[in-house]
Amino acid sequence: MTDTWSVGKHVFTSRLIIGTGKYKDFAENKRCLDASGAEMITVAVRRVDLKARGQDSLMHHVPPGSVTFLPNTAGCYTAEEALRYARLGRELGLGDLVKLEVIGDQRTLFPDNEATVEAAKILVKEGFIVMPYCMDDPVVCKKLEDAGCAAVMPLAAPIGSGLGLRNPYNLAIILEQAKVPVIVDAGVGVPSDAAKVMELGATAVLMNTAIAGSKDPVAMAAAMKLGVQAGRMAFLAGRIPRKLHAAASSPIEGMLG
Amino acid sequence: MIRVTINGEEQSIEPQRIDALLRTLGLNPSYVAVEVNRELVKRDRFAGVSIRDGDQIEIVQFVGGG
Repeated sequence: MTDTWSVGKHVFTSRLIIGTGKYKDFAENKRCLDASGAEMITVAVRRVDLKARGQDSLMHHVPPGSVTFLPNTAGCYTAEEALRYARLGRELGLGDLVKLEVIGDQRTLFPDNEATVEAAKILVKEGFIVMPYCMDDPVVCKKLEDAGCAAVMPLAAPIGSGLGLRNPYNLAIILEQAKVPVIVDAGVGVPSDAAKVMELGATAVLMNTAIAGSKDPVAMAAAMKLGVQAGRMAFLAGRIPRKLHAAASSPIEGMLG
Repeated sequence: MIRVTINGEEQSIEPQRIDALLRTLGLNPSYVAVEVNRELVKRDRFAGVSIRDGDQIEIVQFVGGG
């Protein structure tokens, strides 16, 4: 049986979701998308540059329909602002998915939990499939789930920090309680970080800077694909319990007298 | 001519509807979303909404982001 997961009507095989920011150009972005095997990409909603007519566009390289687009509300600091971006994103016509981000602090880009829950409630009522970026806090994850979010997306570490999973124990609690997909979003630096969250049982991992900011983004995208797959396979295989003392691998019987 | 603000820049344009404005700007209506005075204008209304003097127009698209 194929190991799939879903959000709304969308069914995915790949458990790696990639951002499309910070790439050298759209062609590189597309090569990374191919190397990563990702089936969902995040995009931002911004003003058209009226001075750059006929400019290249992401959509020319990644045709709608080839992957699932997840529009974000990045850069929003209030619930009201996030609602505005979400509605504009939906009007762009690629579906009801929204990666809800309401930032609470400029330096850390940590989310504003209260405003995120407030915005999520309204967007759910408006028929959006809401996937909120949130703190690695089991209480806020539960509130977002109760608000009707289709997934929760706790951070591993600050956006773009590459610190990896800072709080595996909170993530374990979130995973234990959640009835919706848990997508670890932000903070991954290397494939072992991605493997780690997948080993714990995360549904998927979302990353951007770890790939786009590496020296060889296409190679890193391929490495991340393997990291996510390794972690997922290990989770399904079931790890051994941790023990304080040794347990010999070779038999005691048959030792020389 | 009317004075309007498009994506933060004040401009003088002929009075026209949104679909015509997008054509003038060389934009494909399938790839943009439009707000007039902070109100979302659905794509199927582009041909029906006239731009008025003093309107604040926002035209957005998808760009790369995380």
